[in-house]
Amino acid sequence: MSKEVHSGPTDQHHQARGEPYRGDPMGGEGTAEPEIRTVPLDSWHRAQGARMVPFAGYHMPVQYEGIIAEHVWTRTSAGLFDVSHMGQLLVHGQDADAALETLLPGDLRALGDMKLRYSLLLAEDGGIIDDLMATRRGADFYVVVNGATKWGDIEEFQRRLPRSIVVDHMKEQALLALQGPRAAEVLEGLAPGVSQLGFMQGGAFRLCGQQAWISRSGYTGEDGFEISVPANAVEALATSLVEHEAVKPIGLGARDSLRLEAGLPLYGHDIDRETTPVMAGLTFAINKRRRAEGGFAGDMRILAELENGPVQKRVGLEVDGRQPVREGARVLDGEGNEVGRVTSGGFSPSLQRPIAMGYVASHLAEPGTALKLEQRSKLFDARVAPMPFVPHRYHRKGARVP
Amino acid sequence: MSLYFTQEHEWIRVDGDTATVGISSHAQEALGDIVFAEVPEAGRKLAKGQEAAVVESVKAASDVYAPVGGEVVEGNQAIAEDPSLINSDPEGEGWFFKLRLDDTSELAGLMDEAAYREWVKTL
Repeated sequence: MSKEVHSGPTDQHHQARGEPYRGDPMGGEGTAEPEIRTVPLDSWHRAQGARMVPFAGYHMPVQYEGIIAEHVWTRTSAGLFDVSHMGQLLVHGQDADAALETLLPGDLRALGDMKLRYSLLLAEDGGIIDDLMATRRGADFYVVVNGATKWGDIEEFQRRLPRSIVVDHMKEQALLALQGPRAAEVLEGLAPGVSQLGFMQGGAFRLCGQQAWISRSGYTGEDGFEISVPANAVEALATSLVEHEAVKPIGLGARDSLRLEAGLPLYGHDIDRETTPVMAGLTFAINKRRRAEGGFAGDMRILAELENGPVQKRVGLEVDGRQPVREGARVLDGEGNEVGRVTSGGFSPSLQRPIAMGYVASHLAEPGTALKLEQRSKLFDARVAPMPFVPHRYHRKGARVP
Repeated sequence: MSLYFTQEHEWIRVDGDTATVGISSHAQEALGDIVFAEVPEAGRKLAKGQEAAVVESVKAASDVYAPVGGEVVEGNQAIAEDPSLINSDPEGEGWFFKLRLDDTSELAGLMDEAAYREWVKTL
């Protein structure tokens, strides 16, 4: 039996979009941090029965009892994810909002206190250097970036922001995510008041005797929270959480299948420096004022694409049959011409069928468009599908649309 | 009846000139949740080492090779319909295909069960 790992546990290192994962977690070369680090919960994960793999430069749990069981558990109860490999940054200094707006296309000046925005760190040509969450804390911004890209992001921020802006890497903080329909009930028991947070809102709470920063956000499509605590307090917190009968630890494998069902892009696979926010269908991250004013990296190209449409678009794909079609598969039109590539794909545990996302020529991006996918010389029938594949179940206060 | 294993983690159970082939418990454990299996049709001729079947888990795709040459007598439709059988009973109900052996001397290079179980511990 051969073993060809396709999308691994979704490594993000230096891999061209649409290229099959080759099993080299460091991406082969050019990594700034060659040694593999451990997260504060390393021994805790092993004691919980995790299978550890190198990911984003860290030993990370890919699964505990099994990816499908963990996926279903998160959709029906509450899953605990360790995402301490991600970069937690604090950006402060005079007019930090205006300074960040030169690199991010979001409206940070109008962002309310303790509110989060999904945003993108852009290159001067409009390509995506990373995707991130930015939270206003008074005049400062708490920014969470991807693990594999955090070192480069910090360099970008330091090089491209004015000297008056300071970027602190909060290395002493661990980050957990508690996701699923029972997450609010569980966390309310440990941090009273937390269930009052609305989707994309954060706040400081006492949690197991420690100061914690808790945001109502996540990467699964479910209601849930992301919890930043000091590294030396994270093990006690993780243990308290899994003592609740509703909570189980969940690995990176299920994190990947959950976010794929939720239609959420993974940096280094579905978005990268070759893609723009418009190609990637992330135009919700560019609000009306920023579209009118520009003034962010790559604005000429991005505003032109908004006006005229991009050449390619990121779409969802429903694949016929049972066999997963994975990253790197070619997308063909009815005449057999290559019109794009699959950038993420796998078996959806919720839908019990293969699903994928990828880029196609814009005239083929309408839902329902029939396409063929080619993987290892085999053709698969597929159709463009609206995303998310599985509806989001975020906790929205009232009827307000974000 | 004799049971052999390959270094590619296939097992082969031989009864006279007929053999049943599957993947080992170690292999299914390494693959994780299996979501797809494709088995060869009866009548297909396989050479030793040839790609004979496909198995895919949530995370990985693998080819299953013919441990010995022969003609396929039957592919296991049960695993095509319910691939999780390979996880739950890899060396029993989760078999992949049955072969009529071309040459029983091809079995000579394979590991016996004790040797395979010992070798797997070293991986």
